[in-house]
Amino acid sequence: MMELLTTFSTAQPTAVLLPLTFLLPLLGTLILAFSRGTLGYGASALTGTASVGLAALATAMLALGFAENGPEQLTLWTWIAVGDFQPGISLALDGLSLTMLGVITGVGFFIHLFAAWYMRGEAGITRFYTYMNLFVFSMVLLVLGDNLLLLFLGWEGVGMCSYLLISYYYTNSANGWAGFKAFIITRIGDVFLAIGMFLLFSRLGTLNIAEILELAPQAWQSGDTVVELAAFLLLGGALGKSAQLPLHTWLADAMAGPTPVSALIHAATMVTAGVYLIARMHGIFELAPAALYATGVIGALTLLMAGFAALAQTDIKRVLAYSTMSQIGYMFLALGVGAYDTAIFHLMTHAFFKALLFLSAGAVIVSCHHEQDMRNLGGLWRKLPLAYMGFVVGGAALAALPLVSAGFYSKDEILWQALAADQQGLLVAGLIGALLTSLYTLRLIIGTFHGAAKSDNARHAETGRGLAHGLPLVVLAVLSTFLGAWITPPLGGVLPSSPGEGVTAGHGALELVAAATALAGIALGVWLFGLKRGWLRPANHGLGAGLWQLWHHAWGFDLVFDWTIVRPYRGVVWLLQSDLFDGLFRLLAWCVRLVHLGLSRTQTGKLRGYAVTMVAGATLILLSLALVIQGT
Amino acid sequence: MNGVPMEHGLVLAAVLFTLGLGGLMFRRNMIFVLMSLEVMLNAAGLAFIVAGTGWEQPEGQVMFLLVITLAAAEASVGLALLIQLYHRFKTLNLDVASRMRG
Amino acid sequence: MILVWLIVIPFVGGLFCWQAERLGSRATRLIALATMLCELLIALWLWTQLDFQLPATDGSSTQWAIEYRLPWITRFGIDIHLALDGLSLVLIALTGFLGVLAVLCSWNEIVRRIGFFHLNLLWILGGVVGVFLAIDLFLFFFFWELMLVPMYFLIALWGHSGSKGSTRIGAAIKFFIYTQASGLLMLVAILGLVFAHHANTGEYSFSYAVLKETTLSPTLAFWLMLGFFIAFAVKLPVIPLHGWLPNAHAQAPTAGSVDLAGILLKTAAYGMLRFALPLFPEASQAFAPVAMGLGLLGIFYGAVLACGQRDIKRFVAYTSIAHMGFVLIGIYAGTPLALQGVVVLMVAHAFSAAGLFILSGQLYERLHTRQINEMGGLWGRLGSLPGFYLFLIAASLGMPTTANFVGEFMVLFGTFAIAPWVVALASVGLVLAAVYSLLLMQRVHYGPPKDDTPLKGLDPREFCMLLGIIALILWVGLYPQPLLDTTGASMGEIHRLFDAQSSPLPEAR
Repeated sequence: MMELLTTFSTAQPTAVLLPLTFLLPLLGTLILAFSRGTLGYGASALTGTASVGLAALATAMLALGFAENGPEQLTLWTWIAVGDFQPGISLALDGLSLTMLGVITGVGFFIHLFAAWYMRGEAGITRFYTYMNLFVFSMVLLVLGDNLLLLFLGWEGVGMCSYLLISYYYTNSANGWAGFKAFIITRIGDVFLAIGMFLLFSRLGTLNIAEILELAPQAWQSGDTVVELAAFLLLGGALGKSAQLPLHTWLADAMAGPTPVSALIHAATMVTAGVYLIARMHGIFELAPAALYATGVIGALTLLMAGFAALAQTDIKRVLAYSTMSQIGYMFLALGVGAYDTAIFHLMTHAFFKALLFLSAGAVIVSCHHEQDMRNLGGLWRKLPLAYMGFVVGGAALAALPLVSAGFYSKDEILWQALAADQQGLLVAGLIGALLTSLYTLRLIIGTFHGAAKSDNARHAETGRGLAHGLPLVVLAVLSTFLGAWITPPLGGVLPSSPGEGVTAGHGALELVAAATALAGIALGVWLFGLKRGWLRPANHGLGAGLWQLWHHAWGFDLVFDWTIVRPYRGVVWLLQSDLFDGLFRLLAWCVRLVHLGLSRTQTGKLRGYAVTMVAGATLILLSLALVIQGT
Repeated sequence: MNGVPMEHGLVLAAVLFTLGLGGLMFRRNMIFVLMSLEVMLNAAGLAFIVAGTGWEQPEGQVMFLLVITLAAAEASVGLALLIQLYHRFKTLNLDVASRMRG
Repeated sequence: MILVWLIVIPFVGGLFCWQAERLGSRATRLIALATMLCELLIALWLWTQLDFQLPATDGSSTQWAIEYRLPWITRFGIDIHLALDGLSLVLIALTGFLGVLAVLCSWNEIVRRIGFFHLNLLWILGGVVGVFLAIDLFLFFFFWELMLVPMYFLIALWGHSGSKGSTRIGAAIKFFIYTQASGLLMLVAILGLVFAHHANTGEYSFSYAVLKETTLSPTLAFWLMLGFFIAFAVKLPVIPLHGWLPNAHAQAPTAGSVDLAGILLKTAAYGMLRFALPLFPEASQAFAPVAMGLGLLGIFYGAVLACGQRDIKRFVAYTSIAHMGFVLIGIYAGTPLALQGVVVLMVAHAFSAAGLFILSGQLYERLHTRQINEMGGLWGRLGSLPGFYLFLIAASLGMPTTANFVGEFMVLFGTFAIAPWVVALASVGLVLAAVYSLLLMQRVHYGPPKDDTPLKGLDPREFCMLLGIIALILWVGLYPQPLLDTTGASMGEIHRLFDAQSSPLPEAR
């Protein structure tokens, strides 16, 4: 605690601003949590939004200071100190964490603002904002922590908030189970991360990330078994959090939460924590080529798998969920070819356009009286111009429409890095993924906004109004265009240089190919879904129906896990219901009772019987004694 | 006191004891059971006396005193029980009083 | 002398409570509360006054911060010998705190024979304090047995009868038989140790410091260690000796469950740290793999069984078994980090399990059932109770910022260098912890409500109790350093004894 006081006595602006970024959301959480229902809708929304808004302001001031002073380090207090084990509550601000901080508080603020519109009239809005602010608090700690244990604190905290927000509408058990699934699957990943921490600490004697990155090259050769193992364990943690194969099944179900939650947690920030982790621990991955290659391959597989799955969804939020998986697959692909800064760049643009898409989807859902199935929507583009604009701009960025969208610049960069790193397989996967992205984006927009309205909910859509509704959509839409791509994350010096740096050969050709792929996808989409509208609906028989089923259930991973893990576990629980070991002891008690029954039969109550038995016993003993004595 | 050999005295005690034991096992009447007990106690006492005299040790006689005391106490408790038994069951048959079976 | 007071106060307070029943129930409860507050305050005052950083590296008698000695049965070398170090102080303060909670949480629950109830409650706590202070083995055994008898009465007289014919009397008898049988084993082991010492030196002594120096043949040391280990293993509990625990927890009144989970289980861990390891370091070192295996078994077995429970208190009981698996692994890892983690984990588990039992009791007061499948959808009906429930669930699944996280991760970090595979497997237990914790949340608080009528929310007494628990969990979770500094020297001493045996082996690094 003394450290804390000395820190503030020599207060520099950073020393105050840096803690403010997470203390303000924490303050919001505490106010909301202890209001015990005394805050109304307005006060709750104001508290929840203002705390994140102020945190965003603090971040902006930090960014100004960062431009002058460079990286900062701030230790609040030592968390645990036993021998070598000295993790602190200590923060590190560098380009990477500043970028993440900006995304979290900036995009987070607009999502909080939008939620004030989205959640109006809902019971328990205080609870909603409590969890949301707690999430921002945890997420900020995740990116600011300068040691792995503090990172893990944020890491678990965001998982918990994700659980709470997915199961926010708790009266429907299905939502509770969706949250349950999300938490358990990410927790499996967390265990890998935890074991990775144990391994790194036992070998390097520190948990400080900067020290680990410094010590690792001294301790290990490239490709050493231990460092490969450590990298794979960290990768396991990232896979769970970022919904990559094979720990991806939770994300689609996580859409059970309110839509702003999906925008904030399951699109913009938490699910990209895995990307952040790998970028942060790049020194370990640089020493572990196999793990790095696995990262890229998993990313490529996920982006293809999720791209196909997104083609066969009818729920607009589930389309967006699979597209999120797919886009994070791109980030993993970038990480896998060693282009860490490109991955972070795509993370940032993705946060903008995916938040925009989710918020627009939220606008559609609320306007259409909580109808979110494409089969029941349609013809909305006139009634919901702002949401339509959001979908078009966000969709353009998602499909990487050349030149005008933010997504084009970041995705093109990823493909270029894959080429520069000489990973043709990954490049081809990325190009096929780009085609798929365009297709499902078109299908989503056309299915939702064009054609005839297919239900009363869609026919009677109410146009959203108000600042809380309009401002976030407009700002995020602006950020999703090429203007957003002008923001350059200050990553110089934090991350190693990409394979494509300084190389230009083939860049132009690749740009053309990528642009052509995106445009071809869009054209194909317009033709398939706009002109031949039958493609919007699933086929009823034949190959088409089979593929639809397969993709609709995202290649059946849920089924496999259900039969290999969930059911066996429930079987074991069922078998052990009556406590096996305790049963052994109950058996012992039962034996004693049996002996008791037998012996109590001999108690006849007849005195003479006892006398005879006694005499017989005494005689027997005497005789045996005599025999023994004779024997010796 | 070397007229009677020790063996004779011990055999007598054994015979008495066996008689008492037999009575204890085979009689139903409680008075006879009590009498058999007395006989057994006295047989034991006799054995003590004989042995004590034979080895010229005083402990035999000490033990006999103890046996007498015990026999007196036993007789008083036993007779009291006998009276209770008779009051309750109007008989002296021991087999009737078998309520304490397991 | 202050140490004697620490023991005497609960006993005398208990007698006062017993007699105060004729003055009315309120007076009884207030006396009990005052007694436990007094105990807690003395412990806290000692904490501020004494220096626990004494270097014990030379193994001299400066191990204790404060000591009290009075001859008792000199013929056999039995003294009333009490001593306090950081470990015992922490546990005594914990006892005081949970004692206050136990009195408070039975405020409305217990209505029959209040005086005798508080007599039993306070005598349990007095016995526990005695266990934490006694360093004469005979006195230790005396207090060890003494705390069981009132616990028996607490379960048998004020317990709930559960479903399916599991009665409170049955649970009490099961508890008593298990613990008495294990106590007998410990007595045999203590006597064996004393006789071995007598054979060496010709003197009888039950003193801890003397017996620690006794040289034993490896075989004898192993068997004596096993005697101690089994005695403590029953209490901890270690699979397969846990049979008494679910019944006792489920059938006991709330105060009984709080004490049982919060403190009585900790006496076992304390016993291992104080006696089983230092008295038989070589044998313990040899036994460590088995003990760690049993700890792992406990983690998995407790977690799996917790998932299948229908009674909410039995559920919490099985989660205790799982948590104690981590404690066992940490104790037998023997590194300073793991041992310190064990202390934090014991404290953390005391808070979180006590909190969950208190909440279960409050649910029972409102719903008159402990069956999980009769609950569901309670979130909106209970005011702020579910929020507290959520926090304690998060603590029990080891969410960072809670004390449980610090404890579990220190144990795992500390054990990794010794036994990486054990840690890897134990980490899987973290997933299972999440499974059972969230299952409870799902079944009790989520889902469609069974009824729309709101139930009584928390009154100020209940609210303050839970707030206190949560504040302490957060404090230990975010700034455990005062705790670690207090127990550092004691744990260092145990580590020194334990590690002296393994030093010939090459370092794991």
